[in-house]
Amino acid sequence: MAKATNSLPRTIAAHAILLLYTVIALAPVVVIVINSFKSRNAIFRTPLAPPTAETFDLIGYQTVLGQGDFLLYFQNSFIVTVGSLFLVLLFGAMAAFALAEYRFKGNTLMGLYLALGIMIPIRLGTVAILQLMVASGLVNTLTALILVYTAQGLPLCIFILSEFMKQVSDDLKDAGRIDGLSEYRIFFRLVLPLVRPAMATVAVFTMIPIWNDLWFPLILAPSESTKTITLGAQLFIGQYVTNWNAVLAALSLAILPVLILYVIFSRQLIRGITSGAVK
Amino acid sequence: MGSLKIENVKKSFGNVEVLKGIDLEVEDGEFVVFVGPSGCGKSTLLRVIAGLEDATSGNVLIDGRKVDAVPPADRGIAMVFQTYALYPHLTVRNNMSLGLKQAKTPSDEIARRVTTASTMLSLDPYLERRPAELSGGQRQRVAIGRAVVREPKLFLFDEPLSNLDAALRVNTRLEIAQLHRRLSATMIYVTHDQVEAMTLADKIVVLNGGRIEQIGRPMELYNSPANEFVAGFIGSPKMNFIEGARLNESKAKTVGVRPEHLTVDAKSGTWKGTVVHAEHLGADTNLYLDTEQAGLLTARIFGVYDAEPGATLYATPHPEKTYRFGADGRTI
Repeated sequence: MAKATNSLPRTIAAHAILLLYTVIALAPVVVIVINSFKSRNAIFRTPLAPPTAETFDLIGYQTVLGQGDFLLYFQNSFIVTVGSLFLVLLFGAMAAFALAEYRFKGNTLMGLYLALGIMIPIRLGTVAILQLMVASGLVNTLTALILVYTAQGLPLCIFILSEFMKQVSDDLKDAGRIDGLSEYRIFFRLVLPLVRPAMATVAVFTMIPIWNDLWFPLILAPSESTKTITLGAQLFIGQYVTNWNAVLAALSLAILPVLILYVIFSRQLIRGITSGAVK
Repeated sequence: MGSLKIENVKKSFGNVEVLKGIDLEVEDGEFVVFVGPSGCGKSTLLRVIAGLEDATSGNVLIDGRKVDAVPPADRGIAMVFQTYALYPHLTVRNNMSLGLKQAKTPSDEIARRVTTASTMLSLDPYLERRPAELSGGQRQRVAIGRAVVREPKLFLFDEPLSNLDAALRVNTRLEIAQLHRRLSATMIYVTHDQVEAMTLADKIVVLNGGRIEQIGRPMELYNSPANEFVAGFIGSPKMNFIEGARLNESKAKTVGVRPEHLTVDAKSGTWKGTVVHAEHLGADTNLYLDTEQAGLLTARIFGVYDAEPGATLYATPHPEKTYRFGADGRTI
């Protein structure tokens, strides 16, 4: 009947393309995970084979969990990511609300200035940031990383959220004002729940680069007590000898928390879309 | 307890002057409708009264108290919006009671007022639902209920029926009229729909280009419009305007005749013309005539009238109901 939407070859082709893409996207992750469960010889001899009874080996995980303070590194990564994410979303949403809601002199200019950060990579300022952190005594603290990542995440967050906030019905905000809600309550209780899908998107975009970053932890906080997980995994990569079991095990473990955070936010995303909107 | 006085209110957005000096008095218990074409400043005026916009100059007085520096919540007003503007995460009950909670009203008082309002608007079965689970008409009733529980001095309606379909619009219009009678509260209502204005208002304020064109009771505006704009705006179909020169009128630049004040005859009459189009509505018939003397005219005939396009008809204006407008647009 409805041939245009239901033709079999078309469906097959679409699924083939999607499957191919899934395989390409997942292959590196799968290779890392399966090899992390294999003995060193098996990793090099048959890198693509899943672990068998003979080649199954937890030596990587034993090394990672035994040697070095991996739990501490995890904790550091987690504190930095969640802390920066919280600050980015809070300040970003507030700035976006101000830009979208209030008429003031230099509104457009301020918006452009805040969006400038999207175009200029923050790493260009590394030297200055390092000097700043040395001067303020923040080197080798997680605070330094949180501050830098907050600055790094804000431009995109403001840019995306201000667009979404402009779409929130003015009448709704005005109804809140007539009911005597303060601007803060209007922001937190009325506007934020309505832009929750956008917040989830921004959260995912902000979170992943922070979790994966090696640059700033290496420069600003390389001390033992402030190492993040990506920096910690470098421990096993030597100039001459690399402990692949440990590296792969560390990377596999590093995937988990970010996966959990992603699942949480994507649930928010779906719930945000399906909940009743203004009209 | 609900009078409103507006003194020379002006409002500009940047260089654009939206309100060019508005003076208006509304007495306690009156139903006043602001009507005008889009962009005439009627919604802005309402927002200035509500305190959602600050006037550039001039004063707003509610019950004789200057409220220019008073925030919206403390002005003793309630507002109903075109898009309903219900809080999507709250139930109907909480939507209605939020403003009272915010004002620290005792909870038994809140419960009493919500019950009264929901009974009045037959919202009882929906009190625990969220706005997303309601139909458009129900949502607008909740929005009205949210205004009612505040027991305001002034009700402000901003095009509350524009998002409803035609049948619901008539019902809700009736409900608003009954509400006004029951509460005998002062209400200010903004609309671009002249039917709503004519049916609801004690007093209509016709706005155009940021100025008040005329204030009056509906029939006053219909029977004695102050100028050409009001004459054309009130009444449907629109009044016919004919250049004075074509009719040998020396003083009047324009002559106006309402479509319902034209009589049509097949044999004789003042203006001879051919039928261009006929609209048969059952209760009445609109004929569009192309006349030699007066140009294109609309005639509204009560009841059914058979006229095919191309037929020749004569139109005669009612002599007492013909309006003459001077060069400045004012009625002579």
